[in-house]
Amino acid sequence: MADPMRIRAQASGDKATVRVLMSHEMESGQRRDANGKLVPAWHIAEVTAEHNGKVVMTAEWGPAVAKNPYLQFYVKGAKAGDKIAISWKDNRGDTRRDEATVS
Amino acid sequence: MKRLLVLSTLCLSVMSPPAWSQKTTSQGIDEYRAMLQDGNPADLFEAKGEALWTQKRGPKNATLEQCDLGKGPGVVKGVFVELPRYFPDTRRVQDLESRLLTCMASLQGFNEAEIAKTPFGRGEQNTLTALATWISAESKDMRFNLSQAHSEERTFYEVGKRLFYMRGGPHDFSCASCHGEEGKRIRLQDLPKLNQNPGDGVGFAAWPAYRVSNGQMWGMQQRLNDCYRQQRFPYPGFGSDATIALGVFLGVNAKGSASVAPAIKR
Repeated sequence: MADPMRIRAQASGDKATVRVLMSHEMESGQRRDANGKLVPAWHIAEVTAEHNGKVVMTAEWGPAVAKNPYLQFYVKGAKAGDKIAISWKDNRGDTRRDEATVS
Repeated sequence: MKRLLVLSTLCLSVMSPPAWSQKTTSQGIDEYRAMLQDGNPADLFEAKGEALWTQKRGPKNATLEQCDLGKGPGVVKGVFVELPRYFPDTRRVQDLESRLLTCMASLQGFNEAEIAKTPFGRGEQNTLTALATWISAESKDMRFNLSQAHSEERTFYEVGKRLFYMRGGPHDFSCASCHGEEGKRIRLQDLPKLNQNPGDGVGFAAWPAYRVSNGQMWGMQQRLNDCYRQQRFPYPGFGSDATIALGVFLGVNAKGSASVAPAIKR
């Protein structure tokens, strides 16, 4: 099971700023190990953001995204107390889902 | 929005050469760090360390909640800015990481020598780094105030000072070769002057830190051991008296400086 994400969501005006830190190796598949063998690609492939259970954003990620990625976006109409859920799935099929409350 | 603004100013300075030359390299790096600060992945290690503190682990299936880091069993807040210090139970001056290892051995039953021998970034060394990250974060913005009351603590300070100036190895380097003068750098990294107080959040007050370039979280032990690697010295080893003595020297010099750990580096 993957390590938890850190999600911070803060409302200001008619939108909320959501900042997410994900814990993932994000191996690009381009690097070689000490024996010269290619390290297989292992990265987050799909990211989904939900606002009170409704999907507001999906993203397809590839090997070019950095290790332990940081994601920031705005959700229009999100107010304090709303629920923001982020989930990801990596190319090995491992998943992680975390929730945060807008403050 | 702030991030966007910083980004656009950076782009502007790339497009107009005169503006670029007005800004020093170190200012550019500072801006880059400010941009990264908001999403410091050290947060992830902090969360991991916090969970590990209360998790039952090891052969004794116990938590670390009774660990005495200098302010009594279980006290975490404020300990970071007073370490390394002398511990009567082990009769040693210990820094945060070696003290945590003592607790993992005495409370949880882990093999102390085996973990100390484990290379950084593997196995239980990752546990120590995560714990150190969380514990340092609990003292964020507090000011360093190391004790020099015990004679061992004063001895360690003197030993640390001598190690700092001790030259050796194929390059005839000492810590002071790089950290004994103002304005030195390695490639683009400014090197703090560590034989005096380098100020808030610099040097001893900035580790553990997350390194963006290799995606690793480093504690002070790894930092010091890597300094020795760069000097082409043999590693003094995890929790060695040499690294702890250097820690005492740096920590006492940093008296009154605010801790920014866990920090973010290049």
